[in-house]
Amino acid sequence: MTTHTPRDEQDASIIIREAADKGTLLNVSGNGTKAPMGRPNQTDASISSSALTGITLYEPSELVISARSGTPVLEVMRILAAKGQELPFEPMDYRALLGTKGEPTIGAVAALNLSGPRRIMAGAARDSLIGVRFVNGRGEVVKSGGRVMKNVTGLDLVKLMAGSWGTLGFLTEVTFKVLPKQERMATLAIRGLDDRQAIEALSMALGSPFDVTGAAHVPDRDRRGGTTLIRLEGFRVSVDYRMNELKRLLKRFRFMDLLEGVGAEALWQSVRDVALLTDQGERAVWRVSTAPMKGPDLVAQVAQSLDAQWFYDWGGGLIWISTPTKGDAGASVLREATRAFGGHATLVRAPAEIRSSLDVFEPQPDALMTLTRGIKASFDPAGILNPGRMYAGI
Amino acid sequence: MTIAFPKPDETVLARRKEIVEGLGRLVASEALIVSEDERRAFETDGLTSYRQMPLAVVLPSTTEEVAAIMRFCHEHGVKVVPRGAGTSLCGGAIPQEDAIVLGVAKMNRVLDVNFEGRTARVQSGITNLGISQAVAHEGFFYAPDPSSQLACTIAGNIAMNSGGAHCLKYGVTTNNLLGVTLVLLDGTVVEIGGEHLDSPGYDLLGLICGSEGQLGVVTEAVVRILRAAEGARPALFGFSTVEDAGACTAAIIGAGIIPVALEYMDKPAIQICEAFAHAGYPLDVEAMLIVEVEGSDAEIDDMLRRIVAIAEPFRPKTMKVSQSEAESAAIWKGRKSAFGATGRIADYICMDGTIPTGQLPYVLNRIDEIVKSYGLGVANVFHAGDGNLHPLVMFNTNVPGEMEKAEKAGEDILKLCVEVGGCLTGEHGVGIEKRDLMTYQFNATDLEQQMRVRGVFDPRWLLNPAKVFPLEGRLAA
Repeated sequence: MTTHTPRDEQDASIIIREAADKGTLLNVSGNGTKAPMGRPNQTDASISSSALTGITLYEPSELVISARSGTPVLEVMRILAAKGQELPFEPMDYRALLGTKGEPTIGAVAALNLSGPRRIMAGAARDSLIGVRFVNGRGEVVKSGGRVMKNVTGLDLVKLMAGSWGTLGFLTEVTFKVLPKQERMATLAIRGLDDRQAIEALSMALGSPFDVTGAAHVPDRDRRGGTTLIRLEGFRVSVDYRMNELKRLLKRFRFMDLLEGVGAEALWQSVRDVALLTDQGERAVWRVSTAPMKGPDLVAQVAQSLDAQWFYDWGGGLIWISTPTKGDAGASVLREATRAFGGHATLVRAPAEIRSSLDVFEPQPDALMTLTRGIKASFDPAGILNPGRMYAGI
Repeated sequence: MTIAFPKPDETVLARRKEIVEGLGRLVASEALIVSEDERRAFETDGLTSYRQMPLAVVLPSTTEEVAAIMRFCHEHGVKVVPRGAGTSLCGGAIPQEDAIVLGVAKMNRVLDVNFEGRTARVQSGITNLGISQAVAHEGFFYAPDPSSQLACTIAGNIAMNSGGAHCLKYGVTTNNLLGVTLVLLDGTVVEIGGEHLDSPGYDLLGLICGSEGQLGVVTEAVVRILRAAEGARPALFGFSTVEDAGACTAAIIGAGIIPVALEYMDKPAIQICEAFAHAGYPLDVEAMLIVEVEGSDAEIDDMLRRIVAIAEPFRPKTMKVSQSEAESAAIWKGRKSAFGATGRIADYICMDGTIPTGQLPYVLNRIDEIVKSYGLGVANVFHAGDGNLHPLVMFNTNVPGEMEKAEKAGEDILKLCVEVGGCLTGEHGVGIEKRDLMTYQFNATDLEQQMRVRGVFDPRWLLNPAKVFPLEGRLAA
């Protein structure tokens, strides 16, 4: 199978235009570290951003960075760190979970809207993504947004590109708003809470004026208790003060520890990258998004009929659940739960035969699917870009 | 009056009686406005120099009524101009003679507040401030705060993706919106998003936000509510040069401090606001920054100490950290009265371009030159942290030709914003005002892609069709 690695936008445009003319179905990717995600699709050739690399603009005092889409995330982070800045949304790294190798690209961060624990405070990747350039399915070079963070000029195609999994266009350049890396991070760990108590504690912390930037709960294996994590970041004076206030606010939950330094950072990284579920080998992994206070009830319903393991991020609103890879890997149970409690479930990790036999992304009502089909056709009328990766026929 | 409206469709005008009767069967009689006198209240919005009398105005009370009206208009080929409170500064809600106005202002209830989950579900006609007021008793607020927040509706905020003075920290509407109930042109009602933080599939919520009423009518919204900070305090810095003020802004952000607000005023703006509000602004400086930080008293002290240290190398002529609630209120009173105070001494148009903040001194000098070349004056107040400019180009309506000159100057300023890497509009929207300038920021391919997406929702250009896209070069159905 041919793999195209365009060196610039013009190159990409020619490749895609030709594919559109011939009806060649293209697999759209960066370095392929997320290849085992989504619906398995059959394509005739590949187009990869791996040769489109390099930072094209970085203005630390304007809080903005642009990079070609194939630039490794690592390089973007390194360049930002040298000026004391970071990507605010803390993009997750799927490699450990999926068992893949290679360097994840900044384009994929945009295309998959990858965020991490700080999403509750700083927004998702889509909230920091302020500009894109891409080649649509007709081979046309299109831009939307730009390099300034306040911009309401025209329809916001930037948002459509974020999380579209390469089905609308081949991203060539992305521009993100960045933020200063905080001087100090401290984490309050509460031990021994069950899921409901934990989400209640997280809700109190998130409802406080202390700008919590991480709120996770990891149940113990025996499920009788767990570790509840609340993160503060900021200037030293501020974190010290806020941590004291937070302890006072949450004093009825006893058994509190303060976690700091490298260990605490590693812990948040394991929350971000779902390392807490990765050691379970062949189990399927689901990502469930719901209203935070409904998380524990949703999980309880799922756990009644499935051998499930789970933990919570985003104050309870994001639940990572692993299930056995038998039958539908728990799809019918999970989808029944999301229908009952609201939200949606995505099958993130499972063998290809399971992913091709069911809806990897939450099925949407007919009216929304009609809009989805229309939008797909408006970017990619021949249906050549990552066909079927998100939904059948999209 | 240089912006054209499309020629009204004579066949629709001829069917006015029949259309009004049809609408009358869908809503209670008091919800349908037909008489010329009453329709006049809807002929313009915040861009008052343009006026168009609509065919009729409907003010539905429920999502079902909105759906019935949309379905009727879809079936009968009648254009629909959605409207919130009509505060748009870019003419986003100005009607057309062959269109009906569909106003959501009657649908203004809070439906559900969930403090534990930090969300509120509201009807879309509620005012922006109304949401904050409904959650204030628990110490919460709704973050985006456009200066029209007393009057403007969340429906309009969603349509324009409105910002405000505090978006450097809290983001704009799109970053604070979790879900909408959207009525499509054919009357279909769809739910997008909900109380969770992200949605499956394409980011339709992100697309709807800022779509200026061209894709559908939002009747309900789920928004994020946040716990307010313990306190906030501004400091004021006056500089001898525009360059110093610009460099100080960059230095604050470069030092890792994101103030909750970072506002810039130039000399004319300072003079105008001080004369009106007696805020204690320095009159001998060329530029002034208002920097506000949030937190506990100790945190605020720490942060302001840092900011003062950063500002010192730029030789501020005035440095004043607010010492009391009254002083804070006075500092903000001046800034917040900028538009009103300017309106007392001149007619003005308010521009809204955004520029990369590094270009600030260059752009401000150029704006001055541009405006002078038309023989007019300008006052600049804007959000310095994010480069969102609000030059107020002043003129006198009674002098023939001055308004046209002001419009031309405004156009030149917006082109300048694009030229230096910025955009035409940071938070007000395109509307009719910037419609014909879109080709400066976007090429034909960019615009066609946007129009094709628009066409998915409204292939026949019935929803707010005079706006956003230049009349020339439109994609037909």
